[in-house]
Amino acid sequence: MKKLPTRVKYWRIGEPMVWLSGAALTTTLLTAIVLLIVIMVNGLGVFWPSDIQLLELKDGSRIAGTLTRTEPTADKSGLRRQYKIANRDLYGLDFRWIDEAQIAHEEIPANMLTLERMEYGDFYGTLKSLGHAGQQDPATFAQLESALAVVKADLDGLKELEEKLTAASYRMEKLRLKTLKLDYNKAPADNPERLEIESEKEQIKAEFADLLEVQLSRTAKVREATAVFVSGDGREKEVVLADIVRAYTPNQMSVTEKILFYAGKLVELFIGEPRESNTEGGLFPAIFGTVMLIFVMSLFSFPLGVIAAIYLREYAKEGLLVRIVRIAVNNLAGIPSIVYGIFGLGFFIYGIGHSIDTLFFPERLPTPTFGTGGLLWASLTLALLTVPVVIVSTEEALGAIPREMREGSYALGSTKFQTLVRILLPMASPGIMTGLILAMARAAGEVAPLMITGVVKLAPALPIDGNFPFLHLDRKFMHLGFHIYDIGFQSPNVEAAKPMVFVTTLLLVLIVLVMSSVAIRLRNKMKKRYTFGTF
Amino acid sequence: MAKLEIENPIVQVNNLKFYYPGNARALHGIDIAFPEKQVTALIGPSGCGKSTLLRCFNRMNDLIDGCRVEGDVIIDGENIYNRNTDIIELRRKVGMVFQKSNPFPKSIYENVIYGLRIAGEKDRSLLDERVETSLKGAALWDEVKERLHESALGLSGGQMQRLCIARAIAVNPKVILMDEPCSALDPKSTARVEDLIGELREDFTIIIVTHNMQQAARVSDNTAFLFEGNLIEYGLTDQLFVKPRNKQTEDYITGRFG
Ligand SMILES: Nc1ncnc2c1ncn2[C@@H]1O[C@H](COP(=O)(O)OP(=O)(O)OP(=O)(O)O)[C@@H](O)[C@H]1O
Ligand SMILES: [Mg+2]
Repeated sequence: MKKLPTRVKYWRIGEPMVWLSGAALTTTLLTAIVLLIVIMVNGLGVFWPSDIQLLELKDGSRIAGTLTRTEPTADKSGLRRQYKIANRDLYGLDFRWIDEAQIAHEEIPANMLTLERMEYGDFYGTLKSLGHAGQQDPATFAQLESALAVVKADLDGLKELEEKLTAASYRMEKLRLKTLKLDYNKAPADNPERLEIESEKEQIKAEFADLLEVQLSRTAKVREATAVFVSGDGREKEVVLADIVRAYTPNQMSVTEKILFYAGKLVELFIGEPRESNTEGGLFPAIFGTVMLIFVMSLFSFPLGVIAAIYLREYAKEGLLVRIVRIAVNNLAGIPSIVYGIFGLGFFIYGIGHSIDTLFFPERLPTPTFGTGGLLWASLTLALLTVPVVIVSTEEALGAIPREMREGSYALGSTKFQTLVRILLPMASPGIMTGLILAMARAAGEVAPLMITGVVKLAPALPIDGNFPFLHLDRKFMHLGFHIYDIGFQSPNVEAAKPMVFVTTLLLVLIVLVMSSVAIRLRNKMKKRYTFGTF
Repeated sequence: MAKLEIENPIVQVNNLKFYYPGNARALHGIDIAFPEKQVTALIGPSGCGKSTLLRCFNRMNDLIDGCRVEGDVIIDGENIYNRNTDIIELRRKVGMVFQKSNPFPKSIYENVIYGLRIAGEKDRSLLDERVETSLKGAALWDEVKERLHESALGLSGGQMQRLCIARAIAVNPKVILMDEPCSALDPKSTARVEDLIGELREDFTIIIVTHNMQQAARVSDNTAFLFEGNLIEYGLTDQLFVKPRNKQTEDYITGRFG
């Protein structure tokens, strides 16, 4: 045999191609991993209770804060540090840059505490005194904690009251709509139903007034308890205890305590309500809205896509028309998602929604019921957006089934439909699932079309609650993707909102991951059942 | 052309012409009749139209868009190319076993009763009984009786082919069409399937396409030789292989061409 020159051999084995494809894969993977790492590094650290440092600067001023970043100064002569100094109500700013050269002395005093407040963000400082209605007495952190516990119990009681009030106003709203209907039907003033409604209204009004009075007096009483804190630079600040969400002394906490604290914050993130124009607190409504949106979207796009694909692949005669339809479906994926949003607004909301309103709720007009953005319309819009993915993958899955399978089934005297249901669909199910997974991931990441079809910054109520009919698809909803946009770019205090942006992103990625892995598990199960072993 | 005189044929073909889409004629007017409860082999070089002819008998060619059939195929006294033929009924009467075994991705049990299930049979005891008789009929029962509810895809190639035969006989057809049923099997499995065909001829009419002359000689009662869409010679297997009347037949079976 003739010996080949190495160069020729090198090409024949195809080593350059191996390297090229390997490099392409690595690049893709690396980008994805780097992105994930950035999100994780920034997102995971947010809830870690870092130490509060007390700095004395060379000009004599004192600052308390947590270190967030260190970088070289502009003239590269030294380093400068960014501190979160909190106390927005005192300083107006949450963050401050300090040159290391200016620092005269730094320490980590044990008595420094962090307050998480309902308003103005965190407070860093020391406790001076606890008080009640103007009278203040010096107190310890333990005393503060027990006082906070008392206040918390009171607030919980108030929450029950609040719920009663909400229920009352919900009932009131129902009655108002009934009256509207009667008005619309031109019912006379002495209509018995109308009278009944009126008396009921009076009753609720009285109930409401009583409740409100109790609530007001009790709130006022709870808000009497205050405490005075001293900031790092020696300024005093009186804080109403009811406004304090949480108080802790990070400098005294052990690592285990910090981990427990971290876990607690995570739980709050998952089940809590947002605070401070969404930059603090939990994300529950947004998580719920996102999951619900994807779920309802799948409910529409999955059957629609599968049935359309079945028609295209199994029933339609292969010809020019089918080819054009197929190309059109593939190209739908290239339309900017905002266009889908506009379509949803025009077709679903103004078209169908408005028609529903004129047909079923004419008495409420011009206030729209379905003729405005809502979960249903957003889901439908997303379904439209993702249906091509489902169609393409279903078609491919059906096409990949060997002809012998169909023939085997037909040869035993089965009809086309029986073959489809008993043989083809089960065998195509893994492929269909793949399409659904892709569709869900795509839908989870969409924000633009939602912004005009029903997503809001802060939804007053969840789409599911205890009031009949329990599922309110007409309601507006919150969404993690929109949340990111909103707090990241629309909030008044972007720097303070930044951690939440990363946390929300991380959460969104997590949700997609969880949903996809469930679907992938399902798919693998199907695959095991319906694919061929090797002969 | 040599013609075999057959009394009471179960399948009678008169002047059958078949056109694939684009007017490509694959069969040029075939006249042939198949006797009941015998094995008839169709032989001929590749592309001569054996499969096409076979698939005319259960109208499997209907799956091809734009094909055309002329002539009559009379099965059990009825012309199956009549306008009002019930294809479902026909395919139950004329079963088929394919070249590549094609068990469904279901359990062995479900595979066997597939034909009954789609016909709406629900009686559990009847289904159980039919599974047993069919698998016994296909000489597979002893090998799979312990794992009837496991996936059929776990069987060996030969077992799968016998499962397909069991599946075909479970609906009690009159005729079983076999298109090169052993071409993907090893000699041992082939021998088993051949034995099986010998047993099946007690109850069924079998039409088998094969490329293997020895196989045709071993299993069949009659043999038809096709060439380029024409029936060249048709006769008792013993005579056709020993003393072919046609030169082309002789050339083919002695391996001089094809
Ligand atoms: N779907 C089809 N469309 C068009 N022409 C076809 C089609 N199937 C078969 N043919 C043609 O019809 C002729 C007969 O084919 P057929 O499959 O019946 O041959 P065969 O005798 O079974 O061959 P083999 O022994 O290789 O299976 C061949 O010329 C083939 O090219
Ligand atoms: Mg063939």
